[in-house]
Amino acid sequence: MVISVMKRNSVLLRLFSVFFRIGLFTFGGGYAMISLMEDACVERRHWITQEEMDDLVVVAESTPGPIAINCATYVGSRLRGLPGALIATLGMVLPSFLVIFAVSRFLDRFLEIRVIANAFRGIKLAVGILILDAGRRLFLRLPKKPLPLTILFVSLACTLTMHYFSLRISSVVLLLAAAGTCLLIRAIRKGGGNP
Amino acid sequence: MILLELFLGFLQVGCFSFGGGYAAIALIREVVLSYGWLSEDMLSYIIAVSESTPGPVMVNLATYVGSTQAGALGALVATFAVVLPAFCIILALMAILRRFVSNPWVKAAMTGLKACVTGLILATALEMVLANAVTDGSADITAIALTLALAGLYYGFRPVFKRRLSPIALIAVSAVLGAAAYGIC
Repeated sequence: MVISVMKRNSVLLRLFSVFFRIGLFTFGGGYAMISLMEDACVERRHWITQEEMDDLVVVAESTPGPIAINCATYVGSRLRGLPGALIATLGMVLPSFLVIFAVSRFLDRFLEIRVIANAFRGIKLAVGILILDAGRRLFLRLPKKPLPLTILFVSLACTLTMHYFSLRISSVVLLLAAAGTCLLIRAIRKGGGNP
Repeated sequence: MILLELFLGFLQVGCFSFGGGYAAIALIREVVLSYGWLSEDMLSYIIAVSESTPGPVMVNLATYVGSTQAGALGALVATFAVVLPAFCIILALMAILRRFVSNPWVKAAMTGLKACVTGLILATALEMVLANAVTDGSADITAIALTLALAGLYYGFRPVFKRRLSPIALIAVSAVLGAAAYGIC
C-alpha cells in the first residue's frame, strides 16, 4: 500500500515537473507549445496517443483560454483525474507567474537589458520553426481528400489575408464555418443516400 | 474592491478569448483600459514583456496587471481567474468528446475543425517566419542565417543522433545564439 501511494505521488510529481519545464520554455503564444507537448507527452512518455493530441489541439483552439492551459489540464486529468489536472495546470502556470511577478516588482526596464533582448530575438526564430513544424506535422496526418484540403487552403488564405490587410475577424468564424461546411455536406450526402 | 474587479475582468478574458494569446490581446486591452487599470503606454510595455517571457501571453498579462494593481494577492487572483474557464471547459468537453468521438457527425465536424486549425497554425507560422526575416523593410541577413542554422540543427539532429532534438533544447540553443550573434553585431 505504501508503494502504491508512493507510485501515485511520483506520477503527480512527474506531471508537475514535465509541465513546469514546458511552461518555462513556452514563448510567443500557444502554438509553439504544441511541439513541446508532443515531444514530452506523446513521443517520450506515451501519456496520450497522437490522435488524442490532435483532437486536443483542435478542441483547445476552438475553446476560450490559453491553449497551453487546455493541454496541461487534459493530460493531467487523463493520467490522474482532478488532482492530476490541478497539478499539471499549476506546473504550467507557475514558471510564468514567478518570472512575471519578479519582473513586475523588481525590473522596471526589463526589455532594455541588452542580453535579454538579444536572446529573445534568437528565441523568436526558434519559435517560428517550432510552429511551422507543428503545422507541418498536423498537415501530414490530415486525410488528403478534397474537402479537408479545401478547408485548409481557405483558412490559410483567409488568415494570411486578414493579417496583411489588418482585418480583424475572429478565428472562431473560420472554425464555425469549417465545422458547419462538413456537417452540411454530410447531411446532403446522407439525404442523397436514402431518398 | 480591486480584487473582485481583477477577478471579474480576467474571468471575462478567460471566457471569451479564443485562439490563443495573440487574439486575446485585443480583449485584454479593452478590459484593462475600461477598468482604467493602466495607461495605453504602460499596457503596450507590459504586452511586450509578456511576449518575451516564458508562459502563455494571457497568463503573463494577468499576472503582470494583477501585480501592478494589488501586489502578490492581485497577481494570484488575476492569474487564477484567467485560467479557471479553460480548466473547467476542457475537463467537461474532453469527457463528452471521448464518449462521442466515434459518432459520425462528431467525426465530420472534427475533420473540418482539424483542417481549419492546420491552416490557422501554418498561416501563423508563415507570418512569423516572414516577420523574423525582415527588419524595417529590408532582409535581416543575421536572422535568416540563424533561422537556417536552427532549422538545420532541428531536422539534422535525428538522422545523426537517432533521436529527436527536444524543442526545449532548440529554444535554449536559440537564446544563446541570439545573445551571441546580436551582441556582436
